[in-house]
Amino acid sequence: MEAGAGRGRGIATREWRLGLDDFASATSLGADLPRLEGRSVVLAVGDMAKAAAALIELDGFARRIVLCPPGFETRGLDALIRDAEADALVYDGDEAAPSARLDCLAPCRLPLEPLRSPRPPSPRLRGEGRSRRLATEWVMPTSGTSGPPKMVVHNLATLTGAFRPAPAQAWATFYDIRRYGGLQIFLRALAGTESLTLSGAGESVEAFLIRLGEAGAQHISGTPSHWRKILMSGQARRIAPETVRLSGEIADDSVLAALRALYPTARVEHAYASTEAGVAFAVGDGRAGFPASLIDAGGEVALKVVEGSLRIRSNRTALRYVGPDAPPLHDADGFVDTGDMVERRGDRYLFVGRRGGVINVGGAKVHPEEVEAAINAHAAVRASRVFARKNPITGALVAAEVVLREGVAANDDLSRDILSSCRVALPAHKAPSFLRFVEELSMTSGGKLARHG
Amino acid sequence: MTTRLTILTQIRDVAAEQGKTLAPLTDDLSLMESGLDSLCFAILVARLEDALGADPFTSAASARFPVTIGEFIAFYDGGLV
Repeated sequence: MEAGAGRGRGIATREWRLGLDDFASATSLGADLPRLEGRSVVLAVGDMAKAAAALIELDGFARRIVLCPPGFETRGLDALIRDAEADALVYDGDEAAPSARLDCLAPCRLPLEPLRSPRPPSPRLRGEGRSRRLATEWVMPTSGTSGPPKMVVHNLATLTGAFRPAPAQAWATFYDIRRYGGLQIFLRALAGTESLTLSGAGESVEAFLIRLGEAGAQHISGTPSHWRKILMSGQARRIAPETVRLSGEIADDSVLAALRALYPTARVEHAYASTEAGVAFAVGDGRAGFPASLIDAGGEVALKVVEGSLRIRSNRTALRYVGPDAPPLHDADGFVDTGDMVERRGDRYLFVGRRGGVINVGGAKVHPEEVEAAINAHAAVRASRVFARKNPITGALVAAEVVLREGVAANDDLSRDILSSCRVALPAHKAPSFLRFVEELSMTSGGKLARHG
Repeated sequence: MTTRLTILTQIRDVAAEQGKTLAPLTDDLSLMESGLDSLCFAILVARLEDALGADPFTSAASARFPVTIGEFIAFYDGGLV
């Protein structure tokens, strides 16, 4: 990757520190590196440091990189290879090679080993008298809600389309760089001037915060669920971020307010992005949702609302879906349907939930996220998860699990108080009818609130 | 607490929470005229499932559902015939 000089910068996970300067004379791909030129390479490694090394080495060198997310099941490998038309696989050198019908399987190993011959140059494409650097396709699965995830094609141009020159800030993220949100931070760090600190597999929030504090991380990103864990961790003051960035889930007013209170000098912004639609916008005014003025405003990122869902057209959206039965990604006008439902309230649009997640109470639609926002607004509440409870009269009723703020005791009076505050804030059918207190809420490996069936 | 008392107490609690005015709860009062709407009934049935461990609306073999308060109580007490 021609990301510019390493300048002493590095990427640090709990186990490894990759020095960017080291790639001039060393590799993670051993003697297999030249064989990967121009190939469609599946990248299926067990940790982010190896993924980072392989991405740095393969961009501009492989024709296509298929980025397997963490937790990817190898039994899906053959289908992935077929759908992505892969002819090479980079696997974790600390594990046995997976059985795959490919003639090119390359282990990825750390620490970097000295290059045995000079690093082969990026293949150049010749045409019209100029040579262009190979624009590697980056193929990534979407975080689909049901069925096997669809894969989309990006390249460096779409992935970095939102980048603007930024002040020098040491980067850190809770995300995994093998997913779109984490990949954005990875690329931003490479394009910038400072180092990047990444979380470790199974690392506790407290341990990561301590490491972030020691690394002097200044720009820190995570989902609202990650940030709520930080708020509950007792180690939140180990870090002194200049920028607190939230994305991946709806950021409600209560988590934004709690973060502003905890880090009063930081810029708190929440960003809207998805693997299909790319990076759309960031909101830094401290309020949930986004200004209504962004809709139909023209400009590089065109936003519109159709049938309640947000649609985006920009130079950051994925190019297309991959696979033999791939549906079109864009509509006839080039817009991608994000599947995120929005509602206008005055001068603002609020995110109310995913299209598929709706609870049906007697025919009326309820988005879990909007109920969670109302519950989270209660002073005693840190986080909540709203779900459907089956009911023979109305089909379903709204139920909630609630995590209280540190030091607050759970009791029936508090439960009644939270429920009645919801009945004030929400129409009757949306207010939860049942509430139980829990110690914690489970998260997906992507850092989002886990919603069970 | 008897089933009757549990049910009548829950009806009053749900009505109070939902801001509904109840008609006097006699056995022959029709459920549709009680002051409870379908959301109230849904909540009532769920709360009674938690309190009594039974949801006859889901489990009842008979297709006949209660029409009056008295039938509603009997529904929980062993079913309607």
